Amino acid sequence: MELFGIFFSAFLINNILLIRFIALCSFFGVSTKINTAIGMGSAVIFVMTISSAVSWLIYNGILAPFHLEFLRTAVFILVIAALVQLEELYMKKMVPSMYRAMGIYLPLITTNCAILAVAFLAIDYKYNFLQSMVYSLGVSMGYTLAIILFAHLRDRMALAPIPKWFQGYPIAFITAALMSLAFLGFNGMFGL
Amino acid sequence: MFKYLSSGIIKENPVLRLMIGLCPVLAVSTSAINALGMSIAVAFVLVASNAVIAMLRKIVPDEIRIPIFIIIISTFVTISDYVMHAYYPALYVALGVFVPLIVVNCIILGRAEAFAYKNPVFSSILDGIGMSLGFALALVTIGVIRELLGAGSVFGIQLISSGIAATIMILPPGAFITIGILMALLNKMENKVQ
Repeated sequence: MELFGIFFSAFLINNILLIRFIALCSFFGVSTKINTAIGMGSAVIFVMTISSAVSWLIYNGILAPFHLEFLRTAVFILVIAALVQLEELYMKKMVPSMYRAMGIYLPLITTNCAILAVAFLAIDYKYNFLQSMVYSLGVSMGYTLAIILFAHLRDRMALAPIPKWFQGYPIAFITAALMSLAFLGFNGMFGL
Repeated sequence: MFKYLSSGIIKENPVLRLMIGLCPVLAVSTSAINALGMSIAVAFVLVASNAVIAMLRKIVPDEIRIPIFIIIISTFVTISDYVMHAYYPALYVALGVFVPLIVVNCIILGRAEAFAYKNPVFSSILDGIGMSLGFALALVTIGVIRELLGAGSVFGIQLISSGIAATIMILPPGAFITIGILMALLNKMENKVQ
C-alpha cells in the first residue's frame, strides 16, 4: 500500500513535468511529433530506472559511509553521463532493434534534468532501495504519459486557427497550463 | 565592452528568447523573493564558472572539455548550495531540489561552451553578468506578476486584499499561463517595432 502510494504520487499527483516543472526543455523540445514523444518517453523510463538504482547504491554505499555527501552533485552527474554512454553501447551491440527505436534520444537524456532530480529527490525523501525504484518508475511513467498527451494536443494545434501572436511557443505554454490544471485535479486522491 | 553586457539582457535573453533554463523559472517564481534568491544563486555560479573556464581555456584539452566544465560548475553549485543552507534556510527549503539542479541548467554550460571557452577572462565575466541580469529580469518579472495576482503582494508587502487574489496564479498552471502570455506580448511588441 505504501509503495502504491509512492507510485501514484509520482505518476499523477506530483507529475514531474506538469506539477514539479522538471525537464521542461525536453517537454517543449521533443513533443512536436507523436513518435518522437513515445521514443523519448520510453528512453526516459529505461535510463531513469537504471540510473536511480546506481545512484542510490553509490550514495548509500560509498558517499554516506565516508561522509562525502557534499560530493553528490559532481558524482551523480558524472555517473549518469557515463551510465548513459554504457547503456548506449550495450544496446547497440545486444539489442539493435531497441537501439533503433530510442538510440537517438539517449545522448539527449544526459542533459535531461529529470534523471538527476530523481536521484536527488529519492535521497531527500530518505527512500530505501525498493521505494526509490518504485518512485523512479512512477516518475518516468508520469513523464511519458504527459509528453505523449502533449504531443497529441500539439498535433491538433497544427490545424487550429491560433491568434497570430500566440503561434508557436506561447500557445504551447497555454496548453500546458490547461493540462497542468487537469493534473491538479488528482490532488488528494488516495488521501495523498 | 558594453555589448558583452547588454546582449544577454534583451537581444539574447536566455529565458524569453533562447528558451533555455526554463525549469527553475517556472518552478521558483511563486514569489518575488524566491525568484530573486534563485537569480542570485545562478548569477554566482554563472559568473564564477565563466571566469574559471576562461582562465583555464588554454590548458583544457578539447576532447574532454565538457566533463571538465561540469566539474567546475558543480563545484560552484555545491558552494552556493551549502552557503544557502547555512545562512538562508527558509529560502533553501523554498527552492528545494532546484538549487543542486543549477548544475544542469543549460544557460551555464551553454555560456561556458559558447563564450567562456573562446574569450579572455574579463569579457567572460562581463558576459556572465549580462546573462545573469537577463535571467534575473525574466525570473523576477514573472515572480512579481504571479505573486501580485496570486497572493496580492509584492516582495511580501500586501498591496491588494488576498481575498480577491486568484490563487491559481501561484499554483503550477499559473506559471505556464504567465510565461505564455508574456511571450505572446513580446511577439506583438517586436512586430510593432518592425
